[in-house]
Amino acid sequence: MIEIFGDFSESKLNNEEFLIIGFSPTSIPIKQRWRNNGLSADFVADYLTTFFPVSDEDPSTRERQVQIKGAVSYIANELLENAMKYNDDASKYSIKFGLYLQEEENDSLVSTVLIATNSVSPANLDTFKQFIQDLTSSDPDEFYFKQLEKSAEDQTGESSGLGFVTMINDYGATLGWKFESKPTELKEITVTTMVQLPL
Amino acid sequence: MEIKGENYTIGYESDTATVNFQGSLRLVGMAEYKPIIEILDSAIAENPSTITLNLRELHFLNSSGISMLSKFVIGIRKKKTISIVVKGSKKIPWQSKSLKNLQRLMPQLILELE
Ligand SMILES: Nc1ncnc2c1ncn2[C@@H]1O[C@H](COP(=O)(O)OP(=O)(O)OP(=O)(O)O)[C@@H](O)[C@H]1O
Ligand SMILES: [Mg+2]
Repeated sequence: MIEIFGDFSESKLNNEEFLIIGFSPTSIPIKQRWRNNGLSADFVADYLTTFFPVSDEDPSTRERQVQIKGAVSYIANELLENAMKYNDDASKYSIKFGLYLQEEENDSLVSTVLIATNSVSPANLDTFKQFIQDLTSSDPDEFYFKQLEKSAEDQTGESSGLGFVTMINDYGATLGWKFESKPTELKEITVTTMVQLPL
Repeated sequence: MEIKGENYTIGYESDTATVNFQGSLRLVGMAEYKPIIEILDSAIAENPSTITLNLRELHFLNSSGISMLSKFVIGIRKKKTISIVVKGSKKIPWQSKSLKNLQRLMPQLILELE
């Protein structure tokens, strides 16, 4: 069974220009990989800059490259953090991270799509869906400030709930989610978060 | 007072009540930010008239880090006796995107983006 929330479009993943990284829970425990997130995020951001060459004649190209790199590295890092933090440790599925490039007819790149897939434990499923529903039905700006004030009150809170909303509010990204129940005996559920970033 | 991590250094200069951030901060959740929150809290405890956050060399900050800065600003806003100056850089993408939100939390906050 498949359930979609927000703006999730499978066709964005048909492009031939992509980069996928997989993290298997059986090689080293996922939770011990935190320091990899920053490395992976910086790597994909750097990789993407190849498609946005800097021209000495046009100083704005350098500025553009810096902005794209910053945005992709921020979003990739947030997606990887979530995938590692909330992955269901009982699952044998690998965590997948991918970067896809969207080209227009005139061959210019217009947007990039970032995805992350992980397993969700049944215990977390409802909270997560509720969060998505609150986020997608709110004005992002209001939601952002509500989260900030809320987390300031909450002294013990571990999760600040700012990752997704900063992508929307500060970077102009569009978000979507796909929940999939695997047809296995364990009925595992995976979630793929899709972030579309206009460039 | 100074904290050094693998990719970052946070230092507090008591005489100017300035907290300097350098490097890249991508720690896991609030628990790992605790030592830095303690530095920020001790700056507040000294009750200076102005606290300066110098972020000009902080190249990356994750959402938990943004949350930490926001909590700090809300704390100062509630206290009402301390003003706050945030020094940032327009050349660092996360700062040009996200720092303006701190000012919206506390309109009296002085944001110096250069
Ligand atoms: N990949 C995921 N798998 C399962 N649950 C997730 C996943 N990503 C997010 N969630 C759920 O959605 C909530 C919001 O995620 P978001 O990244 O916006 O904030 P956060 O991770 O709680 O805090 P922050 O990112 O600010 O450190 C999380 O608290 C978690 O409950
Ligand atoms: Mg997060």
